[in-house]
Amino acid sequence: MDYEALGLMAGIEIHQQLDTIEKLFCRCPTSLRNIEERNGEIRRYLRATVSEMGIIDRAAEEEMKQMRLFSYYTYDTTCLVENDDEPPTPLNPEALLITLTIAKLLSMKPIPQVHVMRKMVIDGSNTTGFQRTALVAMNGVAGGDCRIESICLEEEAAQRVTGNTFSLDRLGIPLVEITTAPCMHTPEEVKKTAEYIGMILRSTRRVKRGIGTIRQDVNISIRDGARVEIKGVQELDLIPEVVSREVLRQVNLLAIREELLSRGAEVPDDGINVSDLFASTQSKVLKKAPCIMACVLKGFAGIVGREIQPGRRLGSEMSDYAKKCGVGGIFHTDELPAYGVTEEEVAGLRKRTGANEGDCVILVSGTEEQASCAIRLALRRAGMAFVGVPEETRKMLPEGNSAYMRPLPGAARMYPETDVLPVEISREMMDAIELPELLTDIAARFSSELGIDSALARHIAYSDRLLTFEKAITAGIKPSLAARTLISTIRELSRDGVDCGEVPDESIIELLTRVGHGEVAKEAVPEILRTLAGGAPLEEAIQSVGPTFSVDDLESLIDGIVAERKDFISERGMAALGPVMGIVMKEVRGRIDGQIVADVLKQSIKKMI
Amino acid sequence: MKTGDLVSCTLGGETVEAIYITERDGMAVLKLSSGYNIGLPPTDVRFIGDAQERKAEEPLIIQDSTLPELSIISTGGTIASRVDYRTGAVTSRSTAEEIIRAIPRMASVGQYRTRQPFSILSENMKPSMWIELARTIYAEIEAGVRGVIITHGTDTMAYSASAVSFMLDTPVPVIFVGSQRSADRPSSDNAMNALCSAAAASADLGEVAICMHGTEHDDFCALHRATRVRKMHTSRRDAFQSIGTEPIATITYPELAVSPAPHAIQRGAQEPVLNDTMEERCALFSYYPGMDPAILDSYASYRGVVIAGTGLGHVGTTLMDGIRQLVRNQTTVVMTTQCLSGRVCDRVYDTGRDLLRAGVIEGEDMLPETALVKLMWVLGQTDEPGEIRKLMQESQKGEIVRRSAYGL
Ligand SMILES: [Zn+2]
Repeated sequence: MDYEALGLMAGIEIHQQLDTIEKLFCRCPTSLRNIEERNGEIRRYLRATVSEMGIIDRAAEEEMKQMRLFSYYTYDTTCLVENDDEPPTPLNPEALLITLTIAKLLSMKPIPQVHVMRKMVIDGSNTTGFQRTALVAMNGVAGGDCRIESICLEEEAAQRVTGNTFSLDRLGIPLVEITTAPCMHTPEEVKKTAEYIGMILRSTRRVKRGIGTIRQDVNISIRDGARVEIKGVQELDLIPEVVSREVLRQVNLLAIREELLSRGAEVPDDGINVSDLFASTQSKVLKKAPCIMACVLKGFAGIVGREIQPGRRLGSEMSDYAKKCGVGGIFHTDELPAYGVTEEEVAGLRKRTGANEGDCVILVSGTEEQASCAIRLALRRAGMAFVGVPEETRKMLPEGNSAYMRPLPGAARMYPETDVLPVEISREMMDAIELPELLTDIAARFSSELGIDSALARHIAYSDRLLTFEKAITAGIKPSLAARTLISTIRELSRDGVDCGEVPDESIIELLTRVGHGEVAKEAVPEILRTLAGGAPLEEAIQSVGPTFSVDDLESLIDGIVAERKDFISERGMAALGPVMGIVMKEVRGRIDGQIVADVLKQSIKKMI
Repeated sequence: MKTGDLVSCTLGGETVEAIYITERDGMAVLKLSSGYNIGLPPTDVRFIGDAQERKAEEPLIIQDSTLPELSIISTGGTIASRVDYRTGAVTSRSTAEEIIRAIPRMASVGQYRTRQPFSILSENMKPSMWIELARTIYAEIEAGVRGVIITHGTDTMAYSASAVSFMLDTPVPVIFVGSQRSADRPSSDNAMNALCSAAAASADLGEVAICMHGTEHDDFCALHRATRVRKMHTSRRDAFQSIGTEPIATITYPELAVSPAPHAIQRGAQEPVLNDTMEERCALFSYYPGMDPAILDSYASYRGVVIAGTGLGHVGTTLMDGIRQLVRNQTTVVMTTQCLSGRVCDRVYDTGRDLLRAGVIEGEDMLPETALVKLMWVLGQTDEPGEIRKLMQESQKGEIVRRSAYGL
């Protein structure tokens, strides 16, 4: 696709959790828990509040369609603030400092006085019904020429466990939201910018690592299309795919629009009840439904079933809307007969609704309330086909497709968090912030100063063992040994299901120091780490792998073995090295460096021949 | 500049348009188009245009005349509010239409008439306002409403409810209600409390009570007898607790099913009577170790003093002379306990017996705050010492439970 010709404009929003000691608005730790560890549960309803305009905000209204009871799991690491049963503490200064450091790294200008706002979110992920958020700095640059619009500091939402149940451990962890201008014009450019910002964030060394700690939302539009926000892209590598599939979707929706207009297509206001037509149906879905509603889309034949993204049709978009009313989706005559609906039933349906050849009939089923709600929403989406691309917030599906979530939120969803006092950011405060070395610079330095291969250097710089590596170098450990252990060995162990995450830096450094002194064989390192990961203290781990072999011990062992195989060695000469080495290694593996074994053995054989 | 005016300012080298909100602590507060507020020096803000007047569109409310007529009396506690997202202002709502707009389901529970005798923060409440409130409620009962709801800030709600309880004999439910978490938040307890209070106000009950969350969940409200309830937590939804007795009813949510307890007083059990005199020169203090007896001198001109004593109802012997002096000067002294739970008994230890000899009245198991309000009311009814003692030691409105039941 020629993205430039299509007028692609894309921007990203990056959400990154900060690694602070306490949460943003309470004194709880920022640690995640297993739901089995919960110590209680609270059950609450959320209601949208009436705004000045006399209407409820449209995104909020969408959520209200289902009045839902939410459940929240509590822990011994959560408090009344997460329960929305106590006013928030002042804005966590540690989180603010990290945010300002990021802002400075991105050449942003801080806001003179930061105000915390309440952003309405009534999907249950915030016990309050709003998310606390503050604009901290504006106008920066990401790497080349992409402008960063803003950085906000906000509280992380509660984690959905299932359905309407949420876990409060994550609620309130500080999160920065970095928003770029829509300044990217190709899918690859979007990925590059996301990568750069990610590198800046990790350079602070104060951000959380691991799955779910960073999330990307992508804003995409093409000429004549509309701004669509795709939420929850977790992997960087998927970004180009998400962007190109959204461009494809918008291109196809615009083509559908042209075709509908040229066909003189029409969408009715409401559906009709056709339950009686399916009184004796074999369709599993329709059989159990108390109410079935249908309506005819004039001139839509073949279009509802048309693919707009791989495996997704215009009908899928209409289904997404209908699902907001609690139904499973829609049926349409572009795909019927199927799903147990017979040809006769389709004919009856067409007759009842007065559908002609060029028309498409859609069908929803559920309780009376659900069905009439669902048919109206499906029709609303059908009507939007005449506009082309509706402005929407969408959620990413596996493989890079997306599905409708809710309308784009308007700007009118915020009001002040009066329980938190504003914070002034002085010039002195900004000047006092020392900028951390960028990971890219660290990698370059490792490569030039320590003579490490540049790919490995980058690997170390970006890994979460960077600090351990630096400590190891300071402790005088050979960079190659430290790098190999911290990157390759630990990765291999993790493939084996051994997690070294809890092994203290000090143990690893002491271990590598002993390897350096020849007291522990470097072959023994993986085994010792495995034992350390199981929680054993260092000495015990080293002992369990077997006592180390001194060079003296080795010499006498080798002399003995060589003497026993005198004939063999005389016969083969240096070619005996390989087979004899195998015999020696069987005795000493993991207890002394293999290179030393080879050297000693070589000497011993030489002496004999 | 005034709220809503269009202004511009320079942020990070870019000119940005914004809406002027206010000036606070030397900083101008602006709202950006993104919805965020920011503060910056007022000199950096330039006026560019007047606020655009926007008349809020408000749907017409038609009340169902077949439903029970309830009176909502608002005193300043916010049971409903509206947010102006343009300026961030939160305003409280108190007319019937406004309350129904904010909590639409209210319209299916009753039809409402509203009164607002005053509008204050509940910490600024005064006994003269209790009287005004009691008179307003009495007038509404006389006008024939099926129940009365009083919206009240939670800080002093228990004082006001017990004051009304002593002044007023009511044949209909008189229900105080509030919210612990601000009404502008989607999680507020306001809507559930309000709906439950409306259900309670139309139920077959006949006394003054407080209706608030029964638990941390949105599952039911508890209806507490006005004279036996206390705010026991600064911020939790279930802060209000009946002390030494069970709630008089529960109201389930969202069903709004009212289940009265056996000891609840029924609708129509008493005729409406208003005894609205209160003696304001009364005080309440807590005794603490080392308390300076000279503090008692400042109560010399008071007609009544309630002491929240230690344990069974004690004060240090250093206070004894001062207390004798107060009683000698016709000040009624009532002993309660800072334990809150349990009964005063000044016959067990010497200190207690000395207090009794000095003329101190044992306040039985009355809550200290209830005893204070009651003392104001009793002294408003009679000057006769024997009568005062008798009224103080007998339950007037359930404030004294004669038996300390196990399990409460
Ligand atoms: Zn907490």
